Amino acid sequence: MRSLPQQVPRLAIVFGVALGGLFVARGLLIPDTFGDRGHYRAAAVDSIAAQPVKFAGRAECAVCHDDVLKPHGAGNHRGVTCEVCHGPAQAHVLAPLEVKPSVVRKRELCTACHAFDPSRPLGFPQIDPVAHNPRAPCIGCHRPHTPEPPTPPEACSACHGHFARQKAVSPHAALTCETCHQAPPQHRTNPRAALPGKPESRTFCGQCHGTPETGVPQVEMESHGQPNLCWQCHYPHYPEIR
Amino acid sequence: MTPDGARPSGSGEVTPAQGGSPVDRRAFLGHVIEAACAGSPLLLGVVKLPALVAQESGGYDATEHFYGMGVDVTKCIGCARCVAACKIENDVPEEPYFFNTWIERYVLRPDGRVEVDSPNGGLDGFPPIEDEGNVLRTFFVPKLCNHCENPPCVQVCPVGATFITEDGVVLVDEEYCIGCRYCIQACPYGARYMHPDKRVAGKCTFCYHRLVKGKVPACVEVCPTGARVFGEVEGRATPLAQFMRFNDLQVLKPNLNTRPKVYYANLDVEVR
Repeated sequence: MRSLPQQVPRLAIVFGVALGGLFVARGLLIPDTFGDRGHYRAAAVDSIAAQPVKFAGRAECAVCHDDVLKPHGAGNHRGVTCEVCHGPAQAHVLAPLEVKPSVVRKRELCTACHAFDPSRPLGFPQIDPVAHNPRAPCIGCHRPHTPEPPTPPEACSACHGHFARQKAVSPHAALTCETCHQAPPQHRTNPRAALPGKPESRTFCGQCHGTPETGVPQVEMESHGQPNLCWQCHYPHYPEIR
Repeated sequence: MTPDGARPSGSGEVTPAQGGSPVDRRAFLGHVIEAACAGSPLLLGVVKLPALVAQESGGYDATEHFYGMGVDVTKCIGCARCVAACKIENDVPEEPYFFNTWIERYVLRPDGRVEVDSPNGGLDGFPPIEDEGNVLRTFFVPKLCNHCENPPCVQVCPVGATFITEDGVVLVDEEYCIGCRYCIQACPYGARYMHPDKRVAGKCTFCYHRLVKGKVPACVEVCPTGARVFGEVEGRATPLAQFMRFNDLQVLKPNLNTRPKVYYANLDVEVR
């Protein structure tokens, strides 16, 4: 058998060294898991996947707090998961007694969603936080787990708060709205279709202010300010304070 | 056949018996070089045979999933609970320059002007609209990484540190990223930022660490109005499948052919 030409073993050595160098360089330069699943380091995916979870999710809350979540799930806040208001709770899930989620009492958390903003979608329940019972905690009147949609108001002040607040610090504070205004029942459900009544003559004010037995400030109804109506000079929701 | 040792004089066949001649050695070396050239990409790892890799992380198989998100613009109330939750869940820096997701307020004026603002990503609420009587339409748009199927950020990464996983999520390899910011420049949606402490590119991960545990992303978890919907893009009974069936879908900047997997419903044409 003829021996190989002498160039072949020499070239084989050169190629062998090049190949070996290539493997060494490749082993040093390319990260371990690069290319296992694609043109990236597969271990990076695993390290990202191993990050700790902080928001547990509603299903975890339901394991223990079914008593709250059952009515909550039927109410108008059913889409608002626990951690929207109570904050991230995975730590509480892992150590229920040591770590407690926050209990919300601040108005700011409610107004984050329910403060009036013209950019919000039409029909979303909104209030003006400055005018709507400022400084009173929302949870004093509203149940956060099962809130009710707005109902026809019980008191006139629900809509006419600016009159109610003025009247409350005036000498007329003791008078109810109905003393002067007779509102038909429909006014509560369809305000503009049935407007409440207003006093029409001087004699209405004279029932108190022209009758000494009532003990309120008196005027001579026959001569005082004729022929003007009383409310052309005096503002009945906030009359002069002596 | 010519006698042994003699070269063929005319157009005769070359036989194996002529192996030692100079012409054949040259041809042989040529073949060796060709073979070496053909094999080297394999050795360099450019072309790699599919390896049988066991999937880690507790039985989660990435090849079985393909994720996307739906955003219904008419349901967003701009409360920015998603922004707050994302910052907590993913340890995004508190400073108002770094967001994986953020809320933009659009104000369309009757004369065609469009004003967009997002102070601190919407976290502290929005200031009153100037000249409020002169507004045609105004609404909120949640924004985040679109997890494109054809992502420009992945194309430009010089080291392969940002990539698209088998389940369709675009991630950043923090150990491998060199912080060159090419991807931040390349993203047409402004969804990436330079992490001030880690000095690597930061972005939305679809909360990948939650997905592998069967949870939805934190922003979807806390969205109070269901404006965000998460699930499989195709063929599965997930909330996203229903969302995609019942809505006219738009994506951001479709002309760029990035093929985003964040689908918007009821999106105004002015939104970019």
